[in-house]
Amino acid sequence: MTTAGQGEGGERSWACARCKVPLVQGKVTVSYLGNEFPLELLRCPSCGFVLVSEALATGKMLQAEQALEDK
Amino acid sequence: MDPRSVREREAQCTQESPPACTAACPVHVDARALVDKVQKGDLAGGLSLLARHVPFPQIVARLCPHPCEPVCKRGEVGEPVRIGALERACAEHGGPAPPRVRQPRKRKRAAVVGGGLSGLAAAAELAVRGYPVEVLEAGPALLPRLRGLSAKVLPAEAIEADLSALDRLEVVVRCGVRVGDPGAPTVDDLAERFDAVYLAVGPGPARGLSAALALAGDGRIEIDPLTCATSHPKVFAGGSHRQAPAAWSSIASLQDGVRAAVSIDRLLQGASLTARREGEGPLESRLYVSTKGFAPSRAVAPADPSRGYDREEAVREAGRCLPCQCLECVKVCEYLAHYKSYPRRYIREIYNNDTILMGAHLANRMVNSCTLCGLCAAVCPEKLPMGEVCLEARQSMVAKGKMPPSTHEFALQDMAFSLGPGFALARPPPGADSCATLFFPGCQLSGSSPDQVAEVYARLRAQLPGGVGLFLGCCGAPARWAGREEAFRGVLCSLEEAWERLGRPVIVTACSSCHKVLREGLPQVPVEPLWTRLAPPPPPGPGARRRSLAIHDPCTTRGDVAVQEAVRRLLAQAGVDVVELNERGLETCCGFGGLVRFANPEVAGKMVRRRAGESAADYVTYCATCRDSFAREGKRALHLLDLLVGTDQADPAARPDPGLSRRRENRARLKRRLLREVWGEPAGEEGASVELEVSPEVLAVLERRMILVEDVRKVVEHAERTGQKLEDPATGHFLAAHRPVEVTYWVEYSRTDRGVVVHNAYSHRMQVAAQ
Repeated sequence: MTTAGQGEGGERSWACARCKVPLVQGKVTVSYLGNEFPLELLRCPSCGFVLVSEALATGKMLQAEQALEDK
Repeated sequence: MDPRSVREREAQCTQESPPACTAACPVHVDARALVDKVQKGDLAGGLSLLARHVPFPQIVARLCPHPCEPVCKRGEVGEPVRIGALERACAEHGGPAPPRVRQPRKRKRAAVVGGGLSGLAAAAELAVRGYPVEVLEAGPALLPRLRGLSAKVLPAEAIEADLSALDRLEVVVRCGVRVGDPGAPTVDDLAERFDAVYLAVGPGPARGLSAALALAGDGRIEIDPLTCATSHPKVFAGGSHRQAPAAWSSIASLQDGVRAAVSIDRLLQGASLTARREGEGPLESRLYVSTKGFAPSRAVAPADPSRGYDREEAVREAGRCLPCQCLECVKVCEYLAHYKSYPRRYIREIYNNDTILMGAHLANRMVNSCTLCGLCAAVCPEKLPMGEVCLEARQSMVAKGKMPPSTHEFALQDMAFSLGPGFALARPPPGADSCATLFFPGCQLSGSSPDQVAEVYARLRAQLPGGVGLFLGCCGAPARWAGREEAFRGVLCSLEEAWERLGRPVIVTACSSCHKVLREGLPQVPVEPLWTRLAPPPPPGPGARRRSLAIHDPCTTRGDVAVQEAVRRLLAQAGVDVVELNERGLETCCGFGGLVRFANPEVAGKMVRRRAGESAADYVTYCATCRDSFAREGKRALHLLDLLVGTDQADPAARPDPGLSRRRENRARLKRRLLREVWGEPAGEEGASVELEVSPEVLAVLERRMILVEDVRKVVEHAERTGQKLEDPATGHFLAAHRPVEVTYWVEYSRTDRGVVVHNAYSHRMQVAAQ
């Protein structure tokens, strides 16, 4: 596990506002158009809320979405 | 997609058709490529290209009557390229031609009677194809006719160079053997001993050669012009024997030899002699080549005409060759240029994309990047409509569930909003059950200039008899462009129901896309453009200054001269001198058509920038989307309504694009305003539950990512209601996510006394769940 609450590139540090705990790296499942992939992302250890960073959403995740759409 | 219509459309594109010079050549020498080699100073390359089609390049380069030259397109602007002289330069300065490679030796054998150009061409071609060949020549040496020519025309070295190539192919030559003479074999003997025979016996009658050969009245052998076949199944004939003596041509003789060799090869392989041979021999080129814009030029004159071109002169002359290709559509369309090819190939790629079962659909984005504007067909000499190809492909993708969901989602949701309670309205004027006229402003004008829509509606009610109703909604164009034909038909169907309910009024459209869609989709409904119904503006005062504006006719008015003329009349009455941007019929798209702005913003941007750069003048148009597309690129542009009904803007040509969020809000506000003002209904402004502060910089990010302020509001509301959000203690910012549709929106915001400040937003389509 990486440092709790540390975002990609280390520039932001988010904590769950509801549970008042820092985010920790954990296993999540991302899915699109019937395809599922396991991934390690920051999430709230208490309520499970998963952070998708801007860099991930507009970078690798977007590329993967487009590749799956063209499959 | 129907494979037959795909093939037919591929055939419509002439870009891959040989140019005029190649088509006119009896053996289809690739003269364009040869001249290209010479242009680059590669005369050896030119010679080897010639040798690929011509068995005796040294001889033919000097003797060919070059039927390529009279049809050379350069002749339309100056003198034709001297292709014959360039071939000679290749032969003289290009070194020896590379030897031809012989295919593995075959068992079946052929005999050739006559050692002239035609006979030897057949012998060489058959030898290259692997057949052992024996040539019988009556005279003491091969090529007797050519040996009589002057050395200036055809030096002996040229003959020997070409004949040595024949040696390398191991062709057996027997000179001094006259077929049918005592002691020599007869044609029947040859037909017995060999598997096929080619008779190239020269001009004059051929009586007594064989009883099995049918002869014409003049005693010459009857020869099938397509195959060089005779009445004897194993015997072929051609060359000068079937030419008028005065019309002898080296290239025609050679062509017969090649043609007969093809026939003999087919005979010996058991293939059809006649199938698919229509492409052989001289043809008229189908390739369209525009010579517009090329300065005329005269052919380079060699310093010593008797010696022909030297190397440098040849390079200069070759430099006059025009780029003989069509590409008419590619020249005018940024989309077709973007993918760096041409329709014939695009159609094949699109068809393969449509029928591929496994693997990535690589042409999806290409299919969705056409604006469907029809300009390609308008400039195509064969009227090939790439837009129809792309639209059919989109419909097929939708039917197969292969349309990428993200491509058109924003546009389709926008359409759904316009068809929903937030905007849609179909009403007769207050106090009436029906109306003679129904104003149809369209969703884009309503989103861009709601005040002008309200003003126009008021004027039409005052001007037109019989009552003027209002239709707020969508014509269904986004669904059609997205390939969603069923949804499109659904929109038209409910539109028709409303039209019936309102007493079948004349629909007056303010958007040329709506106009086209309604006219084509609902032919029974009378539709007229606003520009023929709206009263002209009052004439400008005596001292008023006329202004000059360049007119951009929306691409959807292509062919609709009546509306284009009506608009010009209105502009003239408004004191505008119109600058024409294009020839009528060649209207270009602003990049919005076909939903390209959503599917491929890069291509859409190229289109609008190209159009915007065509004149320094301010533009005037009569499509809100076109105007706003120009505005987005910083091009000053007016909507016709800015001139006809006015605007509250001090400089309306500089009005920025309202953007996606504002368009949506404007539509909703317009409906509420008209309900209040026209029908007196209590439709107050909806108070937002959360006040959002969005800076222009953040708004630009939202626009680029196609996230509406409304989407942002939903995220913040959801976060504040549920408490589900992240917090950055260092900045006090919150980060929250919400997935109201098939998209998850993330918003970074902070709370202040005034409300919520939005710092950033992004989205993704993947669903994420903790394990």
